[in-house]
Amino acid sequence: MPDTIIEKILARSSGMSEVRPGQIVTSDVDMTVVIDVQFAHDRLGDVRAVHDPDKIAVVLDHAVPAPTPRDAEHGTKARDFVAKHDIDRFYDVGRHGIVHQVIAEQGLVLPGTVVCCTDSHTCAGGALNSAARGLGPLEILQMICTGQTWYRVPPTIRYELTGAKPAHVNGKDIFLAIAGAYGDATDHALEFGGPGLASVPMSDRRTIATQGAEIGADFTLFPCDDLTEAFLAEVAPDTTYVPSNADADAEYADVRTIDLSTIEPMVALPGTVINNAVPLSRLESVTIDQAFIGSCANGQLADLEVAARIVAGRRVAPGVRLIVTPASQQVYLDAVRLGYVATLVEAGAVVTNSTCGACFGYHMGVLAPGEVCVTSSTRNFRGRMGSTEAHVYMGSPATVAASALIGRIASPDELAEVAA
Amino acid sequence: MTSPLRVRGRAWVFGDEINTDDMYPGFAMKLPVPEAAQHMFDATRPGWPRLVEPGDIVVAGRNFGLGSSRACAELFVHLGISCLIAEQYNSLFHRNALNYGLPALVVPMARQLIDEGDVLAVDAAAGLLRNETRGVDHQVEPLPEFVTELIEGGGLISRLEAGGYLDRVDATSTTGGKS
Ligand code: SF4
Repeated sequence: MPDTIIEKILARSSGMSEVRPGQIVTSDVDMTVVIDVQFAHDRLGDVRAVHDPDKIAVVLDHAVPAPTPRDAEHGTKARDFVAKHDIDRFYDVGRHGIVHQVIAEQGLVLPGTVVCCTDSHTCAGGALNSAARGLGPLEILQMICTGQTWYRVPPTIRYELTGAKPAHVNGKDIFLAIAGAYGDATDHALEFGGPGLASVPMSDRRTIATQGAEIGADFTLFPCDDLTEAFLAEVAPDTTYVPSNADADAEYADVRTIDLSTIEPMVALPGTVINNAVPLSRLESVTIDQAFIGSCANGQLADLEVAARIVAGRRVAPGVRLIVTPASQQVYLDAVRLGYVATLVEAGAVVTNSTCGACFGYHMGVLAPGEVCVTSSTRNFRGRMGSTEAHVYMGSPATVAASALIGRIASPDELAEVAA
Repeated sequence: MTSPLRVRGRAWVFGDEINTDDMYPGFAMKLPVPEAAQHMFDATRPGWPRLVEPGDIVVAGRNFGLGSSRACAELFVHLGISCLIAEQYNSLFHRNALNYGLPALVVPMARQLIDEGDVLAVDAAAGLLRNETRGVDHQVEPLPEFVTELIEGGGLISRLEAGGYLDRVDATSTTGGKS
């Protein structure tokens, strides 16, 4: 029987010849990832023996370096945990970064594998053809102990990409166009494919896959193609994996064609992305207090590069804060070496340590009541980035950078006009 | 002992797409569970946790629990909420609820069958929902057996303890751990 990507991976991981939507399967998990905040209310310290230390990674990301003694204690518990169970893959402060970035750049997310972490944006790994998703802390605890978890095989919605992505369009714009037009995908897997996919670089694929959580998709999957293999040749040379691509006649709950050449920069309005995004060209004037570039969705090197190019030789508008958070220590180092950090700082941006920080309103860049922020991070829920009385709009790194310079939500095209 | 699958309580009715950040605000993640629970719905229904009585039932619309993996269910359990009823759940949130031992039923049209304040009696294993205030019984989708066993057994932590995977902690601490 022909399979979608998720059917193929869940069949393999559960030792079945085939699986179909609605079926419940028990899968072997290839990589279970634990983050700092899981050490808060958890029984990780009581684990007698882990199932397999080579299939566990621990990444400190949400609140590092620790902003409070309580957060510092999560670090202590994490260090005890990896020492007790001989876990080599430990990304402590200094080797850290936002979990989804770190596990991708360390080569821990591979095609055909099952990856889990207690963070809803674990679906980011779908860009690398992995059945990656977030699950709750108790389930991660169970995987640590048993190496297994269960899934209800979801029906798949396929996005068939045609045309070519315009250079100024980001994965964020593609995602927001989809979320705005089609709404939520609760209990479904999303799958991307089609002839247009070759024009979508890995950084944009990772943004799209990350954001799948915002429309409630269980998984957001891309095929393993030349771009995937090129990425993996860099981060995981000499590693073997099983590309898991959809069969030509696989059955989908729906197939939706997106002509990439028609996508324009998009903005999500505060609250949700579901049926709540508009083309930037049609947005009425929104003045801003803060502009944020970062998170697992858009804190990649490519995102910082775009931001640096736009702000080069210009200044952040008076009264606006531009905060830039590289997604990992590796991204930070690359951005320093390539001069992006200097360019951003010269323009008046604050380049922070790599952490989740402002994205979830926890530290370094939270919003006051009444403030307006345009963010390239993952989530625009009310209260997400600080005060519940703040307003969070969402757009691509290019949109955020241009907005910071102009003082209202704007496109880079407007910079030429402003300067003239 | 009474079964956690058979409960009775007053309904609190919420809307569509209630998200996790509304239930469990980011700053509340800095707090121990009992304090964090007092901040549920700070943005949209301030003061709600103080009105909850043990046994109460939370009813919601579509896509209940969109958002993060943060353990909102643990806060509900702490407040004494006995059951969730929704027209549709986000799967991550739904699984969290069941794993914390909180029955969570899918009831299409729930908000047409239930008004805020109605007294409900639920048998999650049998799929029975009785709206005592209206005097109407509804047959709904029961929880699957592997889920009812999990909840009867006290949730995933108890199962891992029973399986010998975790050191037991003394009975005075909550499922929430040590903080
Ligand atoms: S950057 Fe934001 S969305 Fe990504 S893992 Fe951190 S808190 Fe979650």
